[in-house]
Amino acid sequence: MKILVPVKRVVDYNVKVRVKADQSGVELTNIKMSMNPFDEISIEEAIKLREAGVATEIIAVSIGVTQCQETLRTALAMGADRAILVETVADVQPLAVAKLLKAICEKESPQLVILGKQAIDDDSNQTGQMLAALLDWPQATFASKVTVTSGMAEVMREIDGGMETIEIKLPAIITTDLRLNTPRYATLPNIMKAKKKPLDVMTPETLGVDVTPRLKTLKVVEPPKRKGGVIVTDVAALIDKLKNEAKVI
Amino acid sequence: MAILVLAEHDNQQLKPGVTNAVAAAQKIGGEIHLLVAGSACSGAASAAAQVAGVAKILVADAPHYAGGSPENLAPLLVGIAKNYSHLLASASAYGKNVMPRVAALLDVAQISEIISVESPDTFVRPIYAGNAFATVQSTDAIKVITVRATGFDAVAATGGAAAIENIAVAADSGQSKILKQELTKSDRPELVAAKRIVSGGRGMGDGDKYRQVLEPLADKLGAALGASRAAVDAGFVPNDYQVGQTGKIVAPELYIAVGISGAIQHLAGMKDSKVIVAINKDPEAPIFQVADYGLVGDLFTLVPELTAAL
Repeated sequence: MKILVPVKRVVDYNVKVRVKADQSGVELTNIKMSMNPFDEISIEEAIKLREAGVATEIIAVSIGVTQCQETLRTALAMGADRAILVETVADVQPLAVAKLLKAICEKESPQLVILGKQAIDDDSNQTGQMLAALLDWPQATFASKVTVTSGMAEVMREIDGGMETIEIKLPAIITTDLRLNTPRYATLPNIMKAKKKPLDVMTPETLGVDVTPRLKTLKVVEPPKRKGGVIVTDVAALIDKLKNEAKVI
Repeated sequence: MAILVLAEHDNQQLKPGVTNAVAAAQKIGGEIHLLVAGSACSGAASAAAQVAGVAKILVADAPHYAGGSPENLAPLLVGIAKNYSHLLASASAYGKNVMPRVAALLDVAQISEIISVESPDTFVRPIYAGNAFATVQSTDAIKVITVRATGFDAVAATGGAAAIENIAVAADSGQSKILKQELTKSDRPELVAAKRIVSGGRGMGDGDKYRQVLEPLADKLGAALGASRAAVDAGFVPNDYQVGQTGKIVAPELYIAVGISGAIQHLAGMKDSKVIVAINKDPEAPIFQVADYGLVGDLFTLVPELTAAL
């Protein structure tokens, strides 16, 4: 079976973002960009399923500017078999991403789409659930363990009070949480090989999807700064502060 | 137009976060209804009816609503959505699972984890792990929203007298089935609702030391226990202890961070706490930049000393 894995190009998780002076967004010029960490986990899980003989082909998909090809090459170097870029300079919001992915699912007929639970730029946590809705497929979000057997997936999910295990019928959507696996590094020979793997480019227009944003960003500002406090000398001083100054104990 | 809030519950009681979502609904303005979908959930419906400021409780009671499956809940919400201008839920694992599915079926955007209401169509939400706040305006007819509980002071859970109305249940999708739930058993308050939190990081060394050092302090304070991602990754405590960008977002009155360095993604989950105390041996640890009170030294000496002195 085929597994589709969408990957997003985002500001690297180690970069401390800065808000632009004109409040139009955050500074992205000359900033290190990487694959969304949750998407690396998704690629790794797909590779594991192929190694286990469950999956036969892994297709990585990205949506965005030309440079998303680099993100796709990373996915290919990790082990994806081929890649698709839906190239656009538009601000593509989760609903539009889900519609584009739906169009690709209809062409490719994967049995499983594995997505990161959220992207670390907009922190939306929507796309997987939306894609599941549009395809009328079941969803297993926030996965921390995945087992695929004939026509079914058993997924352990992280929920607020602990863990939950559900069984869903394939085809299905899985979104990955942090502790599902540890993504592998791409080795140099695999990076070289990835350059020769197929990468198709299409556009929202050829897929027949309207990506017009539904949310308008009016402004982006720095959060209020928390002012640093004081270093107290000992436990007695701390208790005194908590009792008499902060009045929280 | 009225506002519908999807209420998370365990069939008997409402979960923390519902009353915060109702508070957000009040800021938007309009008649507020709560949807209680569950299995044998009359207890939760009665609890919902007492929430201050709510006009009506809609109850959908059927076995297939028991686990909060999004495949079943989303069509239920979509079926009644035309009566509402806004559909809200708390941004808990439950709300995050269901609401985007509802939004997509309605062909509208979701506005995730709002922390402020500027007007009925304009909201503020954190992006980049809370390192920037975006003000966004929705152009859709129905606004589907998840509410970050720490952004809104909860309304009173009692004092209301809403009417309870049963609504038609939709068919079971049969797409998904819960095999088991393993919930962390604890007599302590729930992390997201606790007024006081004691949280441990990699500096705790291992799970045994985490428990030996932090549990007595938490017991003394009546506090919930939390952890940094590093402590969870190292296996000191279960996953649901994690506070941070991708874990739980908390804002207690008192947050005591022990042996936590203060990575950006951890700060994203706790920096709205009213008072932050940091105990760490490294005076350069970033946690001290957000802490109101810092104590530099060996946590294995300082924490027992603090516990004994309280």
